[in-house]
Amino acid sequence: MKKIKRLTSLLLAIVLVFGMTACTSDTGASSTGGGDTPPASTGSGELIKVGVVNNPPSESGYREANVKDMEAVFSKDNGYELKTFYSIKNDEQLQAAQGFITDGVDYLLISAAETTGWDEVLKKAQEAGIKVYLFDRMIDVDESLYEAAVVSDMAKEGETAVNWLLSQNLDTYNVIHIQGAMGSDAQIGRTGALDAQFASGKMNKVVQQTATWDEAEAKKIVETVINSGEDFNVIYAENDGMAKGAVAALDEHGITHGVDGKVIVMGFDCNKWALRELLAKSWNYDGQCSPFQAGVISDFIKSGSAPSSKVIYNEEKGFDAKTLTQEDIDTYGLGE
Amino acid sequence: MKDNTKKSFDIKSIFRGGLGQLTIPIIAIALLVIFNLIRDPSFFSIGFSSNNEGNTVLEGNLISIINSASELAVLAIGMTLVTAACGGQDISVGAAAAIAGSAFVKVLKSGSEIGAGTVIAAFILACVVAMIFGAFNGTLVAVFKIQPMIATLILYTCGRSIAYWINGGATPTVSSPIITAIGSFIPGIPVPTPVIIVIVMIVLFKLLFRFTSLELLTQSVGINGSAARLNGINTTFIKLLSFIFLGICVAVAGCIGVSRLGLINHETLLLDIEMDAILAVAIGGNNLGGGRFKISGSILGAYIIQMLTITLYAMKVPSTDVKAYKAIVIVILVVIGSPVVKQKFNRFMTQLQMKKNQTAVKEGGKA
Repeated sequence: MKKIKRLTSLLLAIVLVFGMTACTSDTGASSTGGGDTPPASTGSGELIKVGVVNNPPSESGYREANVKDMEAVFSKDNGYELKTFYSIKNDEQLQAAQGFITDGVDYLLISAAETTGWDEVLKKAQEAGIKVYLFDRMIDVDESLYEAAVVSDMAKEGETAVNWLLSQNLDTYNVIHIQGAMGSDAQIGRTGALDAQFASGKMNKVVQQTATWDEAEAKKIVETVINSGEDFNVIYAENDGMAKGAVAALDEHGITHGVDGKVIVMGFDCNKWALRELLAKSWNYDGQCSPFQAGVISDFIKSGSAPSSKVIYNEEKGFDAKTLTQEDIDTYGLGE
Repeated sequence: MKDNTKKSFDIKSIFRGGLGQLTIPIIAIALLVIFNLIRDPSFFSIGFSSNNEGNTVLEGNLISIINSASELAVLAIGMTLVTAACGGQDISVGAAAAIAGSAFVKVLKSGSEIGAGTVIAAFILACVVAMIFGAFNGTLVAVFKIQPMIATLILYTCGRSIAYWINGGATPTVSSPIITAIGSFIPGIPVPTPVIIVIVMIVLFKLLFRFTSLELLTQSVGINGSAARLNGINTTFIKLLSFIFLGICVAVAGCIGVSRLGLINHETLLLDIEMDAILAVAIGGNNLGGGRFKISGSILGAYIIQMLTITLYAMKVPSTDVKAYKAIVIVILVVIGSPVVKQKFNRFMTQLQMKKNQTAVKEGGKA
């Protein structure tokens, strides 16, 4: 009995330590990583102080690439002194922004956890002469309070994908549409363009279901359609993971997919592993959701000119399995 | 006339406890089957097809249901044990499965090639990791006497972060014929591998109960802990053990989940499965306050939940609404299975029986 107690308490201690290191590693981002297009070095002179308030890299593969890109672009070599803070909590982010203002940064870059509550902090920044750029996410404030917001145009991502699909000139389009978490920006944007096609009758909706970004759920949805015997030739999944789940169902039921296959497979986000599926011709299309806003913002800072518009859409591509190269994967792929 | 009385006797015996605990889940399955047959007579048709690896495999809705319920069924086994011994539930199984799955993938990716040895080593490590976390939960519950739901809330909260840390922040993918075989079909065997794994797990636990007194000990600890202790049973150990067994189930479920897709996503792997696992235990007629239990009930519960989901999908119910419909059915099942309703029902049945006896006696007297 005593032995067991001693053993279990030792176990407990180990697990606690284990857990703690796990939690701390959440906030510490690695500083290596490939940036998009690092701007030319300014060489000597004073460093430009930049404070970045962002969500933690643990949030997603997207965020991880985003954080790495920020750290690569706003490096000392490029003439910047970078301060970062990562949290998913809005009030913690607000405090950190407050702190950056007190520290006297030149530029404040924000990807907010929530759209509200930023008024006061941004006013303080303006009073202190600090220029504010928003990236990835918008904030509910008067647009005079920030220089510009560099964001993804999710609706355009959907349009690019649907236009690509139309350019395939299929005789009929019987589409299984697997949606992301309902109400999320990505879902609304990527659904819009396809919904328009369903409404116009150009494409047939075999099924339209949300799998809430869950791969296994996507597989179930496709499996149910296969079992029902309904015909389909396109799978439009709103992220890579769900496309992979869908493909697993196709494989199990002996339905060919990809280039020269029966079913066209489309995904989003451009994870490296997904692009490799494209390269292997097992999928057909992957739409980019670019986390690389740092280069765009850095260009504005370096040129000193104010952006022409308050909302600047990050340029995003769509990749076709027929034309994708290994180079594209290395440049645009997220994760490993 | 004779036939009639015979029939009513049979039905009553089912209600009365010929099957006891399993009455409700079996009726629920029967209703779902009938509903589906009316809706679409071909719903349960099973056929053979050839998958993209060229193997002949079974396919059909029934196969999909049994196959996709595998993780849930395995977890339901462990959850039943924990429920019986501790009178509470582990809400961290989904997060723990993400950790186990991450450990599994980590080992798989450590070598250049994925051979059978690597897979076995990876599975063993996943089991060890899940058992350690199970022991952590178990220690909090058994030694520190913390409410199971609160104790496991800790791992529920930080588990997926730990999985993230193991994965190094990405969603690593693994592709290997062996992993595909575990997640879908072994060449030459038309039954999905996860289903085979569930059967193996059930057999293992049945053997465990057959050759040890674990079942009896667990029940006595669950029914009355102090009485069990006074009788010389190490209640702390039994409770801890139930969590460690659940750990093994968690590892198995996590590895199946990863193998199905060849991908580990710490955010979505077996998301919200803890609630389904607890529901499976409840639908299976097990007392959530601990004590007597039937593993078979929980497994039936797991298949009911999955059949419900697939039915709703097949009816093209928007998946945003699926959870609401599921909730309605489950509320009905749980209420019917609740002690209050059962008691009322039993009283009603005995009254009916008594009336019948009385009339029989009267008739007998007249004759």
